[in-house]
Amino acid sequence: MLTIQQAILDAIVAHARRDHPDEACGVVAGPIGSDTPTRHIPMDNAARSMTFYQFDSMEQLRVWREMDDRDEEPIVIYHSHTATEAYPSRTDVAYAGEPNAHYVLVSTREPDSTEIRSFRILDGVVKEEPVNAVQSYMFGQTPNSVDYECQA
Amino acid sequence: MAIDVRIPTILRSHTGGAKAVSGSGDTLLQLLDNLDAQHPGLKQRLVTPEGGLHRFVNIYINDEDVRFQGSLDAKVNDGDTVTILPAVAGGAFGFAAASALRG
Repeated sequence: MLTIQQAILDAIVAHARRDHPDEACGVVAGPIGSDTPTRHIPMDNAARSMTFYQFDSMEQLRVWREMDDRDEEPIVIYHSHTATEAYPSRTDVAYAGEPNAHYVLVSTREPDSTEIRSFRILDGVVKEEPVNAVQSYMFGQTPNSVDYECQA
Repeated sequence: MAIDVRIPTILRSHTGGAKAVSGSGDTLLQLLDNLDAQHPGLKQRLVTPEGGLHRFVNIYINDEDVRFQGSLDAKVNDGDTVTILPAVAGGAFGFAAASALRG
């Protein structure tokens, strides 16, 4: 499951809408091992394409070094599909090179509603996972995510 | 002196989990051959059977992308830092078309 702040999701969707009809892409970094995405970094789509995205290699080096310096890793890697569903294409699967990342896809094909889905992609195998949007990471329970189960 | 090489998470299975290793050589290709002797299988994750740099990775010598420095023929020197990152790319388009775009 991907647990992510609603405000970060909103920022990802805003980025995807802004770049539509080109694909938008970016990263949400977080502390290593935390599985908690905290720092949204919109990236340039060096391909500037409606059907392909590619991080600029020099921007990527700068951002990955910055994460390294801050003891962060890419928790979320996202991009948009602008005319098709939010599901990884064969190209997405072939390129998926961060085994710890949640791959988030946003579809902006419908003008009024945005589809957001999250996947793990490991060794060419795609596994969809639920997206749990929370108001804050400070509390275990929020109005849109309440877990009443007791620990055994 | 040696060349410091930063290994991304996805390739650390070849380095026993190490984030950084060191190697030697005068060109990137020689460095990768040297690394492969110490960490078998690493080179084939970076270099295609045809002998080109794999499209799924970016390799940098210090602050430069080797694709703009002669690729596998790029010169390396003792004291350099080589960084390997997974290329981040994809999109809705078919794979063949995407490969063509990247050249």
